[in-house]
Amino acid sequence: MEHIISVLVENKFGVLSRVANLFSGRGYNIEALSVAPTLDPSMSMMTIVTQGDDRIIEQIVKQLNKVIDVIKVVDLNETEFVQRETALIKIHTRQEDRAEALRIADIFRGKVVDSTPTTYTIEITGDVRKVEACINLLQPLGIKELVRTGRVAIAREPVRQAAAQPKRILKEEK
Amino acid sequence: MKLTGAEIFVECLKREGVKTIFGLPGGVVLKIFDILHQQKDVEVILTRHEAGAGHMAEGYAKATGKPGVALVTSGPGMTNVVTPLVDAYMDSVPIVVFTGQVPTHLIGNDAFQEADNVGISRPCTKYNFLVKDVNDLGQIIKEAFYIATTGRPGPVLVDIPKDVAMNKGEFRYPDRVSIRGYNPTYEGNKWQIKQAVEAIHKAQKPIAYVGGGAIFSNAHEELLEFAELTQIPVDMTLMALGAFPGSHPLSLGMMGMHGSYASNMAVHFSDLVIAIGARFDDRVTGKVSEFCPEAKVIHIDIDPTSIRKNVHVDIPIVGDVKTVLRELNAMLKATPNGHSIEQRKPWLNQINEWKAKHPLTYVQPPDALIKPQYVIDRIYQFTKDKDPIVSTDVGQHQMWAAQHFVLNKPHRWLTSGGLGTMGFGMPAALGAQAAFRDKLVLCIAGDGSFQMNMQEMATAVVNKLPVKVFILNNHFHGMVRQWQDLFYEGRYASSYLDTVPDFVKLAEAFNAVGLRATKVGEVDGVIKEALKADKPVIVDIEVDPYENCYPMIPAGGCNHEMERRI
Repeated sequence: MEHIISVLVENKFGVLSRVANLFSGRGYNIEALSVAPTLDPSMSMMTIVTQGDDRIIEQIVKQLNKVIDVIKVVDLNETEFVQRETALIKIHTRQEDRAEALRIADIFRGKVVDSTPTTYTIEITGDVRKVEACINLLQPLGIKELVRTGRVAIAREPVRQAAAQPKRILKEEK
Repeated sequence: MKLTGAEIFVECLKREGVKTIFGLPGGVVLKIFDILHQQKDVEVILTRHEAGAGHMAEGYAKATGKPGVALVTSGPGMTNVVTPLVDAYMDSVPIVVFTGQVPTHLIGNDAFQEADNVGISRPCTKYNFLVKDVNDLGQIIKEAFYIATTGRPGPVLVDIPKDVAMNKGEFRYPDRVSIRGYNPTYEGNKWQIKQAVEAIHKAQKPIAYVGGGAIFSNAHEELLEFAELTQIPVDMTLMALGAFPGSHPLSLGMMGMHGSYASNMAVHFSDLVIAIGARFDDRVTGKVSEFCPEAKVIHIDIDPTSIRKNVHVDIPIVGDVKTVLRELNAMLKATPNGHSIEQRKPWLNQINEWKAKHPLTYVQPPDALIKPQYVIDRIYQFTKDKDPIVSTDVGQHQMWAAQHFVLNKPHRWLTSGGLGTMGFGMPAALGAQAAFRDKLVLCIAGDGSFQMNMQEMATAVVNKLPVKVFILNNHFHGMVRQWQDLFYEGRYASSYLDTVPDFVKLAEAFNAVGLRATKVGEVDGVIKEALKADKPVIVDIEVDPYENCYPMIPAGGCNHEMERRI
């Protein structure tokens, strides 16, 4: 099963290599990875997409925790979360396809970020299924180049409905 | 106070209480060696090869329980120490290895004797540092020792560029360090320990499975108390020998591939396995899907990744073995349950029956070739009252030593378990001897293993480290030969070593003592003579070249399917 793991790490040289080494050395696979500094520039957040059964994911989380430069590990699959990915898609367009390309981009709320007489570069952001659906539709037109950021993900904040409702009832009673 | 990096280095070692380091100089570490040369608090033992320095640091650490320290140069100096780093990582040995590095402005330029030291060592150290600024050196060395010795111990590498050693900087040595991503758990979860107590009370066929963690945690007293309190028999891994007295009636000796019959049968048929500082290595479990099939498993370990890595665990307890056992013992005492001990009588009887039926034994006819087991037995008989430290290399001799040399105290057994590094034994013995100059240090080696680091005989002689090396000479890579007999129809591909070199002449060439025994009747004599010598000794003992090491569970086999010969 696919898991998205958030890993808060020290923002130091060599940390990415420590994490990557852990995966390659133990035969785990990284399907996607994105890294950038957090609000506190001494730390970075890694978002790792990986595959594995429960036993493997348990080991991955434990092994990540064992890395001294790793500060916190969260398996996002344990909660509700939002994930996004951005792709930049350069499509080769013949004259007759240019309108179709723009229509497809529009359906997926994509933006044209670069244009030449024979190409469009479209930026698309969304969850992985949306990005892939867009790529699939654009493919027949001729994709010249494609880059994807890998996913970023964040846990949804729980809504405290139970606490909010009783108050309202009290007011109505008065 | 402004000091050069080299002076800061030496000052840090003193503050850490380091008395001895093992090393070999080269261009970029000359400044550090120069400063070391001008002081007397830290002794430098010059080795003949950096692998020797690394294994000596390991031997020192295993014998003392304190971190071993090695200092080597950049490039080849560092790459030569990789094997000891991996070895220490596998066996959780606290060593701190300092490597020289080319000056910071040359890093990445493919400079002379440059290697990516932190890159190469990253997968084989617990942590490593590249020091970029001399002002950070004190803090980094403090952190290096802290990381190496706390939690699950392991090797740490500190890479010091030449200019960092030469430049002056502010010397600061913190009293304590805190690393936000590193907080080992020492106290076990109380509720889990309570679960363990209940499981122990209920168990009718319990067994303790003790690993090397019990040694580095110094848990031998707590372990003895636990076993006696509950009357639970104790299986030990290769790494744990000495953690529990081998001559205690509850000891079943070593378990695993070449473990005793009783130890493997007991773990297979038990209904409760209490794993203590062990990691369910494949040489212990055999076929992992059929390891202790009927048993509930309690696993006490400081490293959460060890738990549920290979086998299912019912009651995991993350914590320091000593701390957890203390708590466990206290709880067990608070809930006395004489009844459970009574219930276990049939189990103990069964174990004693296994012990009696298939003891570790051998037959030595007086006029036949010398049996290697006989040699180990004789060495044991002559030295058991002297509380020796015993190191081994890797192979048949190692297994025979583990089977027949009974150890009753921890930190007396130096062997390479996880990595199985041939060439480990002699330098490890020297490391232990450097720590305990007055103790008897024995090295039981094979002719193949010994040749992998025999250059260190020079280190032994020059530094007056009178280790006694016993080579069980079968002219083979014996364990390889045994596997070729069992699994490759006796084709001895590249396992026959012939009679080269002559170890007696070799000893003499190093200005050490060389002795030889070729007949059974000569064994006692050479052992006695070796023990009398105040110099390093090599004893070359011609043993039966076709003796196989039994009992044996073939790799991937099941623990109750032991192959026995006797």
